[in-house]
Amino acid sequence: MKSEGEFVNQPDNTAFTQQRLPAWQPMLSAGIVIPLFTLIGLAFIGIGVALFITSQNIKVQELDYTGTATSSPCFQCSGLSIQNCTCERNFSLSELFEGPVFFYYGLSNYYQNYRQYGVSKDDYQLSGDTTYFLKPQSYCSPYQYSNNKPIVPCGSIANSMFNDTFRLYLLVNGSRKQVPFDGKGIAWWTDYNIKYRNPSPVNGSFAAAFDGTTKPVNWQKSAYELDPTDQANNGFLNQDFLVWMRRAALPNFRKLYGRITGGDYSQGLPAGNYTLQISYNYPVLSFGGTKKVVFSNVSWMGGKNQFLGIAYLVIGSLCVVMAIVMLIVYAKYKFPDNDDA
Amino acid sequence: KKKRDATIELSKWSEEGKRQTRRHGGQRKTKMSNFARALSTTRRIGGDNPNRHYANNKIKTTKYTLLSFIPKNLFEQFHRFANVYFVFIALLNFVPVVNAFQPELALAPVVFILSVTAIKDLWEDYRRHRSDKEINHLDCLVYSRSERCYVEQYWKEVRVGDFIRLRCNEILPADVLLLSSSDPDRLCHIETATLDGETNLKQRQVVRSFIDLDAEFDPLKYNSVIECEKPNNDLNRFRGYIIHRNGRRDGLYKDNLLLRGCTIRNTEEAVGIVIYAGHETKAMLNNNGPRYKRSKLERQMNVDVFWCVIILLVMCLFSAIGHGLWMYQYGDKRPVFDVLSPEGTDLSPVVSAIYLFLTMIIVFQVLIPISLFVSIEIVKICQVFFIHQDMELYDEETDSHLQCRALNITEDLGQMQYIFSDKTGTLTENKMVFRRCTVAGVEYSHDANARRLAMYQEVDSEEEECLSHGGTLPRRESLCSQHSGKVVLRSQSTKSHRRTGSRAEAKRASILSKHTAFSSPMEKDITPDPQLLDKVNDCGSQMEFMRFHSQLLNQIPPDLCDVFDFFIALTICNTVVVSSPNQPRQKVRRFELKSPVKTIEDFIKRFTPSRLTSGSNSSSSSSLTTNRSSSQRACSSMLSSPSAESTLTKLNEEHFPGQGLQQAFSPVPPNYDQAKASAPDKCELRYEAESPDEAALVYAARAYKCSLVGRLPDQVTVELPHLGKLTFELLHTLGFDSTRKRMSVVVRHPLTEQITVYTKGADSVIMDLVRPPSDDSKGKRQRKILFKTQNYLNLYAADGLRTLCIAKKVLSKEEYAGWLRCHLEAETAIQGREELLFESALRLETDLHLLGATGIEDRLQDGVPETIAALRRAGLQIWVLTGDKQETAINIAYACKLLDPEEEIITLNAESQVQPNPFLVHRLGLVIDGRTLAYALDKSLEDKFLAVARSCRSVLCCRSTPLQKSMVVKLVRNKLKVMTLAIGDGANDVSMIQVADVGVGISGQEGMQAVMASDFALPRFQYLQKLLLVHGHWCYSRLANMILYFFYKNAMFVALIFWYQFYCGFSGSAMIDQWYLIFFNLMFSAFPQLITGTLDKDVSAETLQELPQLYMSGQNSEEYKPYMFWMNMIDAFYQSLICFFIPYFAYADSNVDLFTWGTPITTLALFTILLHLGIETKTWTWMNWTSIAFSIVLFFMVALCYNASCPTCYSPSNPYWTMERLLGDPLFYLMCIITPIAALLPRYALLHLTVLRTLTIVFMYESVCKYSFCLLALMLNECSFGSFAIQFQNYGLLIKFHVIGVFGLWLFIKIIPGPICRDFGLGLSYSKTQTNTRQVLQDLTQ
Repeated sequence: MKSEGEFVNQPDNTAFTQQRLPAWQPMLSAGIVIPLFTLIGLAFIGIGVALFITSQNIKVQELDYTGTATSSPCFQCSGLSIQNCTCERNFSLSELFEGPVFFYYGLSNYYQNYRQYGVSKDDYQLSGDTTYFLKPQSYCSPYQYSNNKPIVPCGSIANSMFNDTFRLYLLVNGSRKQVPFDGKGIAWWTDYNIKYRNPSPVNGSFAAAFDGTTKPVNWQKSAYELDPTDQANNGFLNQDFLVWMRRAALPNFRKLYGRITGGDYSQGLPAGNYTLQISYNYPVLSFGGTKKVVFSNVSWMGGKNQFLGIAYLVIGSLCVVMAIVMLIVYAKYKFPDNDDA
Repeated sequence: KKKRDATIELSKWSEEGKRQTRRHGGQRKTKMSNFARALSTTRRIGGDNPNRHYANNKIKTTKYTLLSFIPKNLFEQFHRFANVYFVFIALLNFVPVVNAFQPELALAPVVFILSVTAIKDLWEDYRRHRSDKEINHLDCLVYSRSERCYVEQYWKEVRVGDFIRLRCNEILPADVLLLSSSDPDRLCHIETATLDGETNLKQRQVVRSFIDLDAEFDPLKYNSVIECEKPNNDLNRFRGYIIHRNGRRDGLYKDNLLLRGCTIRNTEEAVGIVIYAGHETKAMLNNNGPRYKRSKLERQMNVDVFWCVIILLVMCLFSAIGHGLWMYQYGDKRPVFDVLSPEGTDLSPVVSAIYLFLTMIIVFQVLIPISLFVSIEIVKICQVFFIHQDMELYDEETDSHLQCRALNITEDLGQMQYIFSDKTGTLTENKMVFRRCTVAGVEYSHDANARRLAMYQEVDSEEEECLSHGGTLPRRESLCSQHSGKVVLRSQSTKSHRRTGSRAEAKRASILSKHTAFSSPMEKDITPDPQLLDKVNDCGSQMEFMRFHSQLLNQIPPDLCDVFDFFIALTICNTVVVSSPNQPRQKVRRFELKSPVKTIEDFIKRFTPSRLTSGSNSSSSSSLTTNRSSSQRACSSMLSSPSAESTLTKLNEEHFPGQGLQQAFSPVPPNYDQAKASAPDKCELRYEAESPDEAALVYAARAYKCSLVGRLPDQVTVELPHLGKLTFELLHTLGFDSTRKRMSVVVRHPLTEQITVYTKGADSVIMDLVRPPSDDSKGKRQRKILFKTQNYLNLYAADGLRTLCIAKKVLSKEEYAGWLRCHLEAETAIQGREELLFESALRLETDLHLLGATGIEDRLQDGVPETIAALRRAGLQIWVLTGDKQETAINIAYACKLLDPEEEIITLNAESQVQPNPFLVHRLGLVIDGRTLAYALDKSLEDKFLAVARSCRSVLCCRSTPLQKSMVVKLVRNKLKVMTLAIGDGANDVSMIQVADVGVGISGQEGMQAVMASDFALPRFQYLQKLLLVHGHWCYSRLANMILYFFYKNAMFVALIFWYQFYCGFSGSAMIDQWYLIFFNLMFSAFPQLITGTLDKDVSAETLQELPQLYMSGQNSEEYKPYMFWMNMIDAFYQSLICFFIPYFAYADSNVDLFTWGTPITTLALFTILLHLGIETKTWTWMNWTSIAFSIVLFFMVALCYNASCPTCYSPSNPYWTMERLLGDPLFYLMCIITPIAALLPRYALLHLTVLRTLTIVFMYESVCKYSFCLLALMLNECSFGSFAIQFQNYGLLIKFHVIGVFGLWLFIKIIPGPICRDFGLGLSYSKTQTNTRQVLQDLTQ
């Protein structure tokens, strides 16, 4: 059976099978831990300070225009069923608001992350596939068909698109001078160039591609006539539409409306009095939401946010404190040891 | 041509209902043997095959076929509750109102898990299929009627009723009834190692009615019907009868049956008829496959899985209520972001809450760790692999390593609390050495023997240097017997057989000795006691003289007569088979067959007065003359065989009787030299015994020149000094059984022609059976002998020797005839045969004449005391349960340090009253014997018994039956709720092994039954130390940590989504992409924990063995206590809060979109989870690093590919280019750095406490041992932290310590010394008084 002189069952004597792989045991001695903690702590504090200063340098100007308070200029617009209501809000800047200035609209208590809301769209439709124009996917329900006509773009997200518009005026010598918003390039590059596609024009007419479909219930205009000023900014490639379709993570969110970069304002908004003209269309009072606009400039790390800087400072300080405590313990008891010896 | 088929009737009477259902209902079925069957199988189908209803010999151990695999495997997998649960959840996803994920994607994990298990099953099944195929296609010779000869066929084509011809060394294809054998005795020798592991040869006999056939067996003439019992799995029983055409019935016993899997040895050719085939063979019925047990850890885990379900439900309920309220607050006003039902109607808050509840179950499903079950299985397989591979658990001598037979209870090894050990063969080697004997009341102490044994040990310790011849010379001079030269030579050659000897020699020796059961050099080398040797010689010469002068033998003095009988009994009263060494399996044949007494007629014929008067003399002398002539004939016949030379040298004595005589009388033969001395050595006969005691006794007798030279079923040949070879006619052998505790042979004495019964058995039994004759002088002498022998027996037992008594009885012809009649009836009985034979034996073994007693030493195995001491320090309670007598057991217990001389021993005997010790001493040993144990195990007393036993340090149960052993284990396990381990090596330990939580078998001398029943099989007892203390500890701590980590990981991940529910209106929305959600567990975080769970070592093997106390952490389940689950849950929730809210605040007031915010959270969670594992990992090998790096790389690779693959797919998240953009965002990196560190800070602090605990034990041990004064000072509160730290640094402890650790340790010891001491089981009772502390330290430093 077995050939003699051979240990058939003898285990292999390798480091792996004998569980003797060279191993590092992270039993850190004081000599390693103290410098390590100090280093981490100092690095964190450094990062924290940098973040905090960066964040401090960012200016933010927020204006609520929901109009819940009677004193608010938009109070009369917040009432129900007033079409094409316009209201104005005045504000002043005491110093130059350095550019580039980003202009956001913000909503609160608005659940774009609501689960059924999130699925209510048809990605194939939005990528310009006309077969889905006439037969939207069932995800869009109940905004799939309207009066037996397929809705394009279908679904709840598109249907609930934010439709307030803003105009900013600088008061120069009593006269209003419009500050232009640059609405180009506010959406993701990939959204604009790859993900979303307009249908190819039929007989040279872009609108004809939408034949047999209807606009979303809440929309005032069809998709192909969203921006009358710029033909390229229509359909699914409308920048505001793209921004809206990218759902916000949290119920209080802001979305980019435009940048103030053009002409005289490339350096930012100069000090002075401004008027924001709001075409108030979007109802938020029914769900207890608020609307606001935000002027902000950005740094390398995005918008104003002091949290991360503080967090780094706190954790970094903790590490340093630990290191110091260790050092005291070490210094006090290590050196007498040497004397003893 | 008329078909002339013989018929077999195989009626299977019902014993076990197991396979009966497959039978065709009726009790009897007439089946024809398959004569007409040719090689083509078409005839079988033709309907004239009489035995076609029986299973054929094709075996199929596979579970599945190609077609049935998928349904059957799925069905089996769905027996696991978790699988059903996950399928249910996956299916729930197909319901539109509640679905959370894409239904196809939701199926992925379940399909993955199921398919991994299925692939594993498939592979196992394929391996079984391959081996089945191999076995099925082995060849054997089957008689073909059409060709009138035996033709080769595959095993699978063998049918019940076929005639099979078997040749030497062939393996039996089926259970075969032996009908013919080429052996002149009509015997067939088989080796049953594959069935029961016993390596000695067993004899099987041809069915009685076929014995007389002189001619070769002709299957064509066979025309009988066989009736036998239904197939069953009892290897040691077979009953049936064969009905010949003339209506005569003959009984069939297990001695006629050759079992499948055995190997034919020593027999050129045998023919048999197949009785059971294929799955109905006893071997297959015994093959139960691996056992499945559920470990304590898994039971605990299941409780926590249940808690996870509760947590899941609570979270779902919470979300559902939250959602209901959220919906309710809007009232009738529908917000623009609300989505109506597909029908366009509103859902009421209550209905949507109910829907949401189901949705949440889907979303939170990860909380129930689906992959945990698979991971545990993988880790356990790896653990088993490592245990198998351990060099230190490998025994070179027997080339065997530890076997894990139960794959899923490795971690139980780390939690044992009670060990129940057998003694013989487990603690001892079960290699018996004849040490002392007493004959006719005179003790022969065999001092030389004791000296020799001592010498072995000396040689062991001196190792190789003693190999030189110079070292042995003085010893030769010191020994005066003629054997001295031989002995010294032996001692040279055998000392290397000891384990400590050189490896190469041990190996060679082991290979040599492998062929012979129970013949270690130890038991072969016996130095005779000179006094006794003289007596034997004297007696032999006197007898020779008397025989020569035709004098009556009873003139020999009774004590000499007793000596003579004593050695004859030692030689023949056994079942030892003789073989020669060069061809281990060749039986030495010398004599022609004489038919044994099998019938009354036969008996009467052979014992008629005429024969007794005239024939007896002639027969006795003729038997002697035939001896000589036949032995010479054997010589010549053996010339052709390789062993011929050796046989010739063995027979030297007969060729030169003068020399033999001279040799016998002169103490030192004049021309004795080494060459000649070694020559007989080479050709010595080998004895194959069923038990080591028997072998030891036979070898002992041989040392006195009374050698067993041949054994046949009907006669035993013995070579005696002066008398030469004597052949005893063996009339009956009444085998050993555990109830009678003795065995007997009935022989006709060749010298006196008397029917003599020789009995050998346990002293307790034999002494009761001895009845001194009533007449005065003889009776008085016997009583005196009895008394003396009893004294010596007590003495032997006190020395830890196993005692056996030898007795004889002479039967008159009438007595014998009367007994024989009953006995033959019993033998031929078909039902209740065993009981009748038992009663018959009882009738015979009475009124014995005591010859003497023997003391056999059973040596302790290597390292047993050390192992026991270590296990005990590990907090294990060790109970020894043995069948041996009390004195022997106590002595062995002392020898192996189980009992301490300082201990007070409570002995419980049925006679003595239990005396509860009023002042319970610290160390207490309990000894209880079998009869008392029977009372103690009584329902009313068991609690008291346990109470006493618990307060004792060691418990010893002697004289316990196998059933009692298992009852004790069961009692302790059930009443004390402890983990029990039973270890044993013999069949009598099987029940105990099966009852215990973990059964360990020693693959030693007593066959394989214990191993077959065990969960782990060890080659030696001392390996138990490493198995428990190292592997057990590792397996337990690894698995416990892994399970906890799994719970933590899943809870942490799920909690992230739970927190998000507060910000999405409890709508079941997830910010984590469903792909990450589903594959997080399966892929991204799966590998590192498997590596850690397999390889992590919390403490090194060396430390674990040096500090057995560390084992207690497993006993107390310290790695995985119920509260730890909750601590982990709390930690998980805390960490998830950090991982959730750092991104939450970092992205507050920004225009971040859902998945650009959720993907960093996933990444952070992954980093945190991996870092958490990093903290938990105690040893880092390259595999840990690789696996963690792999996990991270895999996550980013998958995320990048996934986010770049399809712009329009993966609704609803549609994460196109998310990860790519994130990698360009500095905020992402900033969060990745801070979050894991912030999340793990509390854990890191806590870890220090736990690490501290372990280290404190190490520290305390080492400092106590080496620098006890430091601790002493500490304990007396005289030590400030400063001086403590100084000491600490000064003594450069093995462990590099954290400064914080030192500080913590100081605080720890300062504040709570009492609990530490208790916890660490160092037996410290902290006290501020100096004396007490000193005492404690003394205890510790011992």
